[in-house]
Amino acid sequence: MDWITIISTTVKAAIGVETVWYALAAIGINIHFGYTGLLNFGQSAFLAVAGYGLAVTVTVLGLPFWIGIGVGLLAAVLLAVVLGIPTLRLRADYLAIVTIAAAEIVRLVFRSVAFKDVFGGSDGRRGFSDGFYALNPFPEGEYGFGWLLFGERTLWVLVVGWILVGISCAIVFLLMKSPWGRVLKAIREDEDAVRSLGKNVFSYKMQSLILGGVIGCLGGFIYGLAYASVQPDIFGTETTFFAYTIVILGGAARVFGPVVGSAIFWVLLVLVNGVLSGAVESGIITFMDSTQVGPFRFLLVGLGLILLLVFRPQGIFGDKREIAIDAR
Amino acid sequence: MHAESAIDRKAAALAAFKDLDREPGVPKPDPILVVDNVVRRFGGLTAVDVGHVEVQRGSITALIGPNGAGKTTFFNQLTGFDTADSGQWTFNGRSMNGVPAHKVARAGMVRTFQLTKALSKLTVLENMRLGAQKQLGENFWRALVPAVWRGQEGEITDRAEELLARFKLDAKRDDFAGSLSGGQRKLLEMARALMVQPELVMLDEPMAGVNPALTQSLLGHVKDLREQGMTVLFVEHDMDMVRDISDWVIVMAQGAVIAEGPPGTIMSDERVIDAYLGAHHDAPLSESDLAEQLHEAEVALEAEFEEETKK
Repeated sequence: MDWITIISTTVKAAIGVETVWYALAAIGINIHFGYTGLLNFGQSAFLAVAGYGLAVTVTVLGLPFWIGIGVGLLAAVLLAVVLGIPTLRLRADYLAIVTIAAAEIVRLVFRSVAFKDVFGGSDGRRGFSDGFYALNPFPEGEYGFGWLLFGERTLWVLVVGWILVGISCAIVFLLMKSPWGRVLKAIREDEDAVRSLGKNVFSYKMQSLILGGVIGCLGGFIYGLAYASVQPDIFGTETTFFAYTIVILGGAARVFGPVVGSAIFWVLLVLVNGVLSGAVESGIITFMDSTQVGPFRFLLVGLGLILLLVFRPQGIFGDKREIAIDAR
Repeated sequence: MHAESAIDRKAAALAAFKDLDREPGVPKPDPILVVDNVVRRFGGLTAVDVGHVEVQRGSITALIGPNGAGKTTFFNQLTGFDTADSGQWTFNGRSMNGVPAHKVARAGMVRTFQLTKALSKLTVLENMRLGAQKQLGENFWRALVPAVWRGQEGEITDRAEELLARFKLDAKRDDFAGSLSGGQRKLLEMARALMVQPELVMLDEPMAGVNPALTQSLLGHVKDLREQGMTVLFVEHDMDMVRDISDWVIVMAQGAVIAEGPPGTIMSDERVIDAYLGAHHDAPLSESDLAEQLHEAEVALEAEFEEETKK
């Protein structure tokens, strides 16, 4: 087995593009679910409208990169408002149903034949990232040391991505220490009590939905820019569920929970994949072939998650005392 | 000094009620809350149908009635937690129908709940701070700049700690509200409602599920609210408590207000007894009923006697 490759891909995964964009999506989920108690099962739609907003603005309309970013952000805010107005006055489970359906509608519209000229059908859109890489301050070449090397494009995406993660965490930290965050956490516990204390619950839930959606949508930009393309099926429901897994893994309602959760999630996936593929190739494991390794690693991750919920339900950063209180 | 003013407030409240009629909807000298024709139907069931009722400012008014009388539903209408099908009500002369719950609270009419709503995963102190109004840091943009709200937060914390000390919860300030006992949660909920600085406090069954040791302290706190110039309207089943602390009692049955009166005499009011025990529960039996009952008893006795002799 090629241990150097396995270890280098694993270490790269810890800070890689996947970790970054899933961390952003999960930070959004953490605001919705962890702090406000909103069951948003349509986070992938926020990533999708941002990625496609950027892609379509640049490729189809021929407008500059920054306008594309603006369109993507605006699309995320609009999506939050449209989802929120009918559902936020209702019980939490309605939001879950509507958001998961809306995310599928968004994905199916993006891959539909009828809108192929605009969204590019199931092939998606490519060729919109030149404006981003034109800003790249790193000259051509390999960066890093030993076997930990990144090309200048990847490095640029990662630098921008981690800056965005840092800013998002700082915003979450500031907000959740503030009276505004206190209202959100109170809504998670009991929104009627918050109403009886003179707070406009609907408005706070809407602000939370918009904020989490906008931070999540940054993940859509990072994906689109890193791979220089967007495809509809990247933004399927499993993206949302991975993000939920990451939030629970890291510990809900913790500032760095989603970031560490995302790193651990991808490190595990890549490590298990590397070790299993290596073992299959070198004939140590004979009961499956290399194509079965991909699905099998998700099976192991699922098992790991079950064990986590049994032995550490509060996640990595969570507070055990909080889990112990379940008065509801 | 304190005791004197306490007597004054109680005396003032009692004086206001002195010569009032015992009819439902009787006008009060200085009403803080005036309700007219509030109706709430759930399908075919009319849960609330209150014609006219007034709540006297500065008094402790009890709202009693048998189970299912619509007391809590009525509370929900008044505080904006449920929409009435029709009717108007004014608080301090301001029309409040159709006003959402959070604006009702801001207007100075704050309620608690029958099932206590402590915010479990927030600390006791955070629960209290949440009750404060007009905190600048509750705005999204200002929340990002701690310098804007930090000073105000300090004042709010001082006020919260004062209240916690009064309610003897100061030792628990950093504990999660979810770890408190049922009675302590009731205390916390009441203290939190006071953080809003209300004029009218509406307590929905403040004694439900509270152990007897805490009852006295809770009663004291409710009386204290009046001494501080607040008006209290509360729903309660415990008649001892109603007699002990209320200045005036409003009785509801089947959605309507059926009687009002001072707590000392209200339970002997015929309409109230009928509502609780059913009409005619103490009416004498007619001659034929009596004869039939006697006959039934005789037959039963004879049957028993025969069985005994067979053995």
